[in-house]
Amino acid sequence: MDFDYSDDQRALKDEARRFLADVSPLSVARGVLDDPAGGLDQALWSRIGEQGWCGAAIPEAYGGFEFGYVELCALAEELGRAVAPVPFASSVYLFAEALLLAGSEEQKSSLLPEIATGSLIGTVALSEGPGVLASERVATSFAGGKLTGTKLPVIDGMAAGRAVVLAQGGDGVQLVLADLSGEGVTREPVSTVDPTRGAAQITFSGAPAEPLGEGGDGLAQLSRIQDRAAILIAFEQLGGADRCLEMARDYALERYAFGRQIGSYQAIKHKLADVFVRNEVARANAYCGAWALSSDDAELPLAAAAARVSACTAYWQASKENIQTHGGIGFTWEADCHFFYRRARHLGLVIGSQREWKRQLAGCLDAKLAGEEAERLRA
Amino acid sequence: MNFEDNPEQAEYRTRVRAWIENNAPDMSGLSPDERRAWHPAHRAVAREWQAAKADAGYACISWPEDWGGAGGSAIEATIFLQEEQRAGLQFMYFSTGLQMLLPAIMEHNRDDLSRSLVPAAVRGDTIWCQLFSEPSSGSDSAGVRCVATRDGDPGSGSGTGDWVINGQKVWNSGAFHADYGMVITRTDPDLPKHKGMSAFWLDMKTPGVEVRPIRMMSGDNELNEVFLTDVRIPASQMVGSEGDGWKVILTTLSNERAVVGSGTGLNWRDVVALAREVPDFDGSVMEDPAFREWLADYYVGSEAIRLLSYRTLTALSRGEAPDGGGAKVLWANQTQEMTSQVLDFLDRYGLIEDPAIAPANGAFQHRFLWAPGLRLGGGSDEIMKNIIAERILGLPGDIRVDKGVPFREIPHGR
Repeated sequence: MDFDYSDDQRALKDEARRFLADVSPLSVARGVLDDPAGGLDQALWSRIGEQGWCGAAIPEAYGGFEFGYVELCALAEELGRAVAPVPFASSVYLFAEALLLAGSEEQKSSLLPEIATGSLIGTVALSEGPGVLASERVATSFAGGKLTGTKLPVIDGMAAGRAVVLAQGGDGVQLVLADLSGEGVTREPVSTVDPTRGAAQITFSGAPAEPLGEGGDGLAQLSRIQDRAAILIAFEQLGGADRCLEMARDYALERYAFGRQIGSYQAIKHKLADVFVRNEVARANAYCGAWALSSDDAELPLAAAAARVSACTAYWQASKENIQTHGGIGFTWEADCHFFYRRARHLGLVIGSQREWKRQLAGCLDAKLAGEEAERLRA
Repeated sequence: MNFEDNPEQAEYRTRVRAWIENNAPDMSGLSPDERRAWHPAHRAVAREWQAAKADAGYACISWPEDWGGAGGSAIEATIFLQEEQRAGLQFMYFSTGLQMLLPAIMEHNRDDLSRSLVPAAVRGDTIWCQLFSEPSSGSDSAGVRCVATRDGDPGSGSGTGDWVINGQKVWNSGAFHADYGMVITRTDPDLPKHKGMSAFWLDMKTPGVEVRPIRMMSGDNELNEVFLTDVRIPASQMVGSEGDGWKVILTTLSNERAVVGSGTGLNWRDVVALAREVPDFDGSVMEDPAFREWLADYYVGSEAIRLLSYRTLTALSRGEAPDGGGAKVLWANQTQEMTSQVLDFLDRYGLIEDPAIAPANGAFQHRFLWAPGLRLGGGSDEIMKNIIAERILGLPGDIRVDKGVPFREIPHGR
C-alpha cells in the first residue's frame, strides 16, 4: 500500500511549483487574457519545453524522457495550480496519447520527438456543433487522403501544427492526422470563456491527411484517449481547486467585516469546509486514476470517469465560492479569481461535459457488478 | 502510487484471511431480526468472535503484548479490519471500549483494579459505553454540568476521599447493555469550563446509576439516557488527574470520528443491484439517465471514503500523521441522500418498511430513518465543519462569550 506520491515524485512536484511560481505568475496568464491573439504565452511554453515536461510520459524510443505517468500527474497538478496559459493539455494529454495509443510506428517516430521537446504543438479537432459528440454529428469527411469540413472549437487550434481529427471515413467515423500548416487548412481564432487557452475554427478544404495508425472505430479510440487525458486533466483541476481554496482562506483571514475576520464566521467557514471536502473527494479519485494510468489497469475507464466527475465538481465549486468569499472585488477584471472560474469551466468541457462522463461511469459500474456476479457464480 | 501490499503485508493478509475463513462464526441460522445490532443472538455471535480473536492474538493487534495485544502495527490492525469487513463480520459492541476508552485508562491509570479491566474487554466479556453528552452539553462537549464532589480527604483525617457524582447523561450508545462506562464530570465550577472537568470509569451496576433507553425515530433504542444520583466511586477510578477531563474527551472523540468515519454499510453495489430490478419509464431504473447521473455523484463520494482510508494507511506506514478530516461528514450525508434516492426510485412501494416485504429486507428504509443520527452522532456536521475550517484550513475560532469565565457564571438555558 503506497497511495500517495513517492518522495521523488514529491520533490519533482515541489520543484515544478517553484519553477512555475517564477516563470508563470498570474501576470503571465493576465497577459494572454488582455491580449488573447496567440492564445498562449510563447516564452512560457519554451521554458516548459526546456524542462522536458512535454515528454514526461513519452518513451525514450520516441524522443521522450519517460519520467512516468504519476510524474506527469504531479506536473499537471502544478500547471493547473498556476493556470498556465500553454497548450500542454492538448499537446501532451491528448495528441501525444492519441499517437501512443493508435499511431503507426512511423507517425510516432516522426512526431513524438518534436512533441516531447515542445517544438511541435499538437491538438485534437472533434466538435462541430452544439451537443454531445456522436458519429451522426460528424460532417467532416475523409476520403482519398483528403479532409473536408469545419471543426469548432479546436482548443489550441491557432498554435498547433498538427491535429488528430474526427472524420467520416469509408467505414464510419475514424481518427485522422492532419498537418494544420499545410495546404487546404484555414483557421481563425474563436473567443471562448477562457481566453488564456486559445481556440480556433478550422476549415479543411481537401486538406491532405492520413489515417491515425490502422484506422478503426474512431469513437472507441477517442474514448480510450480521453480516458487517459481525463485523469491528467483531473490533476490540473485539482491543482486549480486547491489554489482557489487557499486564496479564499487567505482572503477570509485578511478581510474584516463587523469588526472581525470574515473567516471567523461560520457562513464562511462551513462554505470553505465544504470546498475542502469536495477537493478531498477529487484528490482521492484522481490518485486512483493516476494508479490506473500508470499500471494501465483494466478499470481505467471507471477510474478515469470517477476522477473526471469529481474533479469537475470540485473545481467548479471551489472557483465559484472563491469569488463569493472575495465579495465584489472578486468579481472584478483586476482580481485573479476569474482565471480559475474560467479555467474550471474550460477544463470541465474540453473533453466532454460531466453528463457524458457520468453516463460512462454508470455504465462501468453496471459492468463491474455484472462481472463480479458472474465470477461468484463460477466460484 | 499503488494499492498493493508490500511482501510483508501481503503475507500478513494471506495469513489473517485464512484464519478468518477457518474461524468465522456461522451466522446462516440467524433470522433478519436476529442479525440486527443489539439483538441477544447477534451479540452472542459478536462475543464468541471477539473471544476467538483474543485467543489468536487478533483482538487488539496494535496494542502492546502486556495489555493483551499482539504488539503489531497500525497497518496490520487495518488489514485485519479490512479482511473482517470482506468476510461480512462487522460488530460494533467493543470498539467504544477498545478503541476509545480503555486506551485512555491504560495511559493514565497504573493501579491494579483499573488494569484488570482490560483483559475482559479484550475478550469481549465486557462492553463499555461513554457517558459524555448531556441534555445541555451536546456539540458544546465541554459544557458538562454533571457534578463530582469529593467526600473529604482521608489524608487529613476527614471523609473517605471518594467522589460522589450527580447529574444526567444522554445519547449513550449501548449504555443499557454496558458493563462499564467512562463519565466526564465537573469537579471545579469556579474554573473556566475546559479546566474544571475530570473523567472517571465506573461499573454500570454501581448504586445510583439508572439507564433508560431512548426510542429514536427509527424505532431503535440503542441510545440511552443515564441518571447518576449520589453515585459514589473511589478516587482510584479517576482517569488521569483532576482537571484532565477535557484532554480525555479530545483523545476519545478523535478516535470516535475515525471509527464512525470509516464508512460501512450499504454501498453502491446494493444500490445498483436493486436499481436493475426496479422497473422505470423505459426498462429499469438503472437505465434512467437521471438516476445514472445521481449514481455517478454518489459513487465518487463513496469511493473517496474508501480511498481516503488507503491514504491514511499510507501515511501510517510512512510514519506520518494522517491528515484525515471530511470523511465522517461526507459519509453521513452520502448515506442519507442515497437512502432517500433509493426510496424515491422504488416510487410508492418505497414507503414500505416491513422487512418481510420491502426489498433488501427494508435495509434502505431502516437506514433512511437512521440517517439523521449519522449526521449528529460523533460530531455533528456543523462541528465537523468547524474542525475542518479551524484545524485544517487555519481559520479563526468562533468568538466565544464563555472564554476564561468561571463555569458557574456562563449563561445557560433552562
